[in-house]
Amino acid sequence: MINFKGARAHKFAESPLLKLRLPAWRSRMIGMLILGGFAILIGRSFYLQVLHNEFLQEKGESRYRRDLEISASRGRIADRHGDVLAISTPMKSVWAIPAEARLTPEQTKQLAALLEMDAKELARRLASDKSFVFLQRQLPPEIGDKVAALKLPGIGQDREYRRYYPAGEMTAHMVGFTGVDDKGLEGVELAFQSQLLGHPGSRSVIKDRRGQIVEDVGSIKPPQDGKDIRLALDSKIQYLAYTHLKQAVADNKAKAGGAVVIDVKTGEILALANWPTYNPNNRERLSGAQLRNRAVTDTFEPGSTLKPFSVALALEDGKVRFDSIIDCAPGRLTIGTATISDAHPHGPLTVAQVIQKSSNVGAAKIAATLTPQQMWEMFDAVGFGQISRLGFPGEVGGRVRPWKSWRPIEQATMSYGHGISVSLLQLARAYTVFAREGDLIPLSLTRVDATPPSTPVFSQQTAREMRAMLEMAVQPGGTAPRAQIPGYRVAGKTGTAYKLEGGQYAKKYVASFVGFAPASDPRLVVAIMIDEPGGLQHYGGDVAGPTFASLMGGALRTLGIPPDTPFPTPKNLTVARAEREAL
Amino acid sequence: MVRFNLLLLIAVVVCALGVVTSQHKARRLFQALEHEQERARQLDVEYGQLQLELSTWATSPRIEKIAREKLKMRTPEPGKTLTIPAAGVTQ
Repeated sequence: MINFKGARAHKFAESPLLKLRLPAWRSRMIGMLILGGFAILIGRSFYLQVLHNEFLQEKGESRYRRDLEISASRGRIADRHGDVLAISTPMKSVWAIPAEARLTPEQTKQLAALLEMDAKELARRLASDKSFVFLQRQLPPEIGDKVAALKLPGIGQDREYRRYYPAGEMTAHMVGFTGVDDKGLEGVELAFQSQLLGHPGSRSVIKDRRGQIVEDVGSIKPPQDGKDIRLALDSKIQYLAYTHLKQAVADNKAKAGGAVVIDVKTGEILALANWPTYNPNNRERLSGAQLRNRAVTDTFEPGSTLKPFSVALALEDGKVRFDSIIDCAPGRLTIGTATISDAHPHGPLTVAQVIQKSSNVGAAKIAATLTPQQMWEMFDAVGFGQISRLGFPGEVGGRVRPWKSWRPIEQATMSYGHGISVSLLQLARAYTVFAREGDLIPLSLTRVDATPPSTPVFSQQTAREMRAMLEMAVQPGGTAPRAQIPGYRVAGKTGTAYKLEGGQYAKKYVASFVGFAPASDPRLVVAIMIDEPGGLQHYGGDVAGPTFASLMGGALRTLGIPPDTPFPTPKNLTVARAEREAL
Repeated sequence: MVRFNLLLLIAVVVCALGVVTSQHKARRLFQALEHEQERARQLDVEYGQLQLELSTWATSPRIEKIAREKLKMRTPEPGKTLTIPAAGVTQ
C-alpha cells in the first residue's frame, strides 16, 4: 500500500470523485457521439461501395485487368497475277510502365543500346510519372525479340505495321502510298482506302503475377483485317512501260512523260507509268514533280491524235467517204483572221490520206462539214471533258468548251487537237472506240471478270474504216513508220502539239502516240506522251513512235498474243506458212 | 439427421474441390489456346515477311538483270521466232 505522507489515505470506493453527481446528459451525449461516428462510417462505406464505386472498382481492376488492343493489318495490294505491290509487315514498338520498370543502370544501358537511344534519355523517360510511355517505335521484329529476351520488368511490346512497296518506283504512281495511321495519301492506297483499312479489335483480360493472360473478361471485339485489292495491273507490262518510258525521256532529253496500256476487251488498265517518279519506300526529299501522276492529273492539248475523232464523225454522218478527195493545197487555210498550216504542204488528199499524213488543213476542212454541237456531243461521248471516276486523287476531266461559244476557227483547230485539253488516260480510253467496234468501255483499276457494258459511239463500219486509216499512218508514207512492230499489224496516230504557256503557244512540244495492235483483232491500246522533247527530233512519230513499238511489242509477247502478219524475213515466211498449212 | 448433414458437408466439399480443379484446368487450357493463337499470329507475320521477300527477289528489274548478264539471255529476233497456232485456243 502506498502511503502518501501528508495526505490522508483512503479506499478507492470511498473516492470523493465518485460522490460527485454528474448530469445525466453527459453520458447520453457520449453515447450519441459514438453512435453518430458509426453512422458516418457506415454512410461512407455505403457511399464508396454502392453509390460511387467506380473509382475503387477501377483501382482494383487495374491491379489485374488489362485492356488489350488487337491490331488489324491493312490489306495487301497485288497485281493481276497476285504479285504483291504493297504489303504491311509488323514492326515492334517498345513501351514501359514506369512505376513497374525498376531497372539497374546496367540494364538501362543494355536496353538503350538495343533501342539505339541515349541512356540518359531512356532513364528520363522511365522516371516519368505517366502510367505508360512509348520508348521506341517501328523497330524490326528481331530487335523486339532481343528486348524481350532481356526480361526486364515493366517493359512491354506492341505490334505495329509498316508498309512496304516491293516494286518501288516502278508502280509508285499507280499504287501510291500511305501516311501515318494507315491513311492512304496517293494512288490506289487513297482510292481504295475504305476497303484496305483494317479495324483493330479489343479485349479485356485478367493477367496473373507473371503477366500471363489467365482469363478473358467482358466481350471480345474481333479485329477486322483490311481487304486485299487485286489490281488489273500486269507487273511485267508495267515494267516494260516504265523502262521504255524512262529510256524515251532520257533519249529525247525530255522533261517528263507518261505511258498507259489498256486492255481493249475489258477496259482494264494494265500499266500506267510516269516519269519522273519516286521511291515510295523512302519518301524523303520528294518534289511535287515526282509525285504527279501525269497520265491522270495533267491535261495537255493532244494535237493530231485527236484528228481521227472528227474525221470518224464526218464518216459516220456520211459527210465524206474514206476515198473522198480533200484539196489540201497549198498547205494553208485561212479562217477569219487566223491561218492554219501543215508541217509539210500537201496537194489533194483522200480522207484516208489526211489521217495517214496528218494534214491539219484536211482535218479542218472535214470538220467544217460538221456543226459545233455535233462535234461537242462526240467529244463528250468519247469521254473528253469528263472525269473518269477511277478514284485517283486529282483526276481531271480536261477542257472542252461549250459548243455555243465556239468560233469557226476554234472548231477548225479542235479538229486537230488544239483548243481542247485531255489527259493521257482519257486519250487512251477514247481510242478503244476504234479498237473495239465503235463502242466505249469504262476503265477499271481492278481486275475485271465480266466485261462491263459499253456505250456505242460510232458504227462498226466507221470503226473498221478508221482502223484501216490508222494502219496506213504507221505504214510507209505515214507519219509514224517507226511505230511498226515486226509480226503484228499496228494502227495508231501521232501527235505533235505546241505547248500553251501563259495563253501563248511556245516553241515547246508535246509528242504523243496512241495506237492499238494487233490491227486484225485489237487487244491493247497503248498511249505514250513525251513532254518537251529537247533532242534533235520533236515529232510524235519520231519521239513516241519507237517507244510505242517496243512497249507494244513486248506487251503482246508477254500476253502471248499470236502475230497476225508474217515476219518480214523470207526464210521465216515459208516456215510459218508451211506450219499453218500443216495444221 | 447428423449423418445426413455430414453427407451434405462432404458433398459440398467435393463440389468445392471440383470447382477449383476445373477452374484450374480451364485456365491451363486457356493458356494453351492463348499460346497457339500467338503462334498462329507469328506464322502469319512470317508469311507476310516471306511474301515481301518473295516479291523483292522477283522484281522485274532484277530478273531482267540476271537473265541478261548472268544467263546471257536475249529477246529473240522476230525472224527467229515461230508461232505455232494451237487449235481451239485463241490466246
